[in-house]
Amino acid sequence: MSDQHSSDHSDHIAHHVRRYLYVFAALICGTILTVWASYIPFPSREINIAVALIIASCKAFLVAGFFMHLISERKMIYGILGFTAFFFTGLMALTIWSFADFPVHTVTH
Amino acid sequence: MDIPYTVEIRKDTGLYNAKVGIWLFLASEVMLFGALFSSYILLRVGSAEGFWPHGWLTVWLGTLNTIVLITSSITTVMAWASLKMKNFGQFKFYHAITLCCALMFLCIKSYEYHDKFIHNEITLKDGRIADGHVVKRTDEAVTIEGRFVQDRKDLFNLSTPFLGPPKYEEIEIKTADIKTMSNYGPAHHDYNAIYFTLTGLHALHVIGGAIVIGYLWLFGAKMWKTDPERFTNRIEISGLFWHFVDLVWIFLFPVLYLL
Repeated sequence: MSDQHSSDHSDHIAHHVRRYLYVFAALICGTILTVWASYIPFPSREINIAVALIIASCKAFLVAGFFMHLISERKMIYGILGFTAFFFTGLMALTIWSFADFPVHTVTH
Repeated sequence: MDIPYTVEIRKDTGLYNAKVGIWLFLASEVMLFGALFSSYILLRVGSAEGFWPHGWLTVWLGTLNTIVLITSSITTVMAWASLKMKNFGQFKFYHAITLCCALMFLCIKSYEYHDKFIHNEITLKDGRIADGHVVKRTDEAVTIEGRFVQDRKDLFNLSTPFLGPPKYEEIEIKTADIKTMSNYGPAHHDYNAIYFTLTGLHALHVIGGAIVIGYLWLFGAKMWKTDPERFTNRIEISGLFWHFVDLVWIFLFPVLYLL
């Protein structure tokens, strides 16, 4: 019974290991894609920035989701990360909001 | 007295305590790096048109460092998986690679830092600007591997795919002709300031993570014999931190090297 359980457990981990290797390959491809995409002459640099950040976000999802096991974590962890995402989004929103926050009579070019 | 919940699961959280602890810590780290990314955005958006640098860093070195960190990430998770499969030898092998990757990352980063500190922008008294790496320096003259530019704006876009900066030649400049000389350290430009701050803080995380992983690999590994589950959990916790370090670099690389 115990041997059976141990064998199932090892098979389960071996399945994970295969998945890690696929993720690793995807991350390497993502890195090459990021570099390649940065040299594409899009009509504006903003598109280059958006493309690079989208690829980086996909890579971050792979690392967090599979290497850090976030796709199958406990509710407690999701709760902590939910708060973090809320405050991080707020921080970035404040940053973007500040672009339009000029003192009265400021001369802009 | 034993520390509770190092292995057994707490009923209220569904986790062992260290896991809750590391995720709370990582949440604070997200906000720390988030604040610095916010600073980067403000500095970049606030810079004068044409005066935000492109191509000041060597892309292939950054790419190599990215691959090194990704490799260290998979070896970290493989080290943990090896312990789950009760294969201690394999764990030692994978984490040895992780430590080598950490060392390699820091060596490459140090080389890049050194490159910035020997790179100088020299304004001459006649108004010309020389830019390049110092190869020789005496009281009378400075020799650089570089070029002259008429307009300072010419120094800000060096983006040439994989070929690095424009062709440089050896130039000797008399000290008496120099008006100002500034290396590409943190004080040179807002970009350098945020580059050194972000990558410096990240490198400190790499050093910290490597010290913890190194300790668990060398001295801490004896716990495997007495309490294997607890040791496996320690490896998982140090691994979570290491993956976070990789995750931060995934954003730093395009932001600082490519955009």
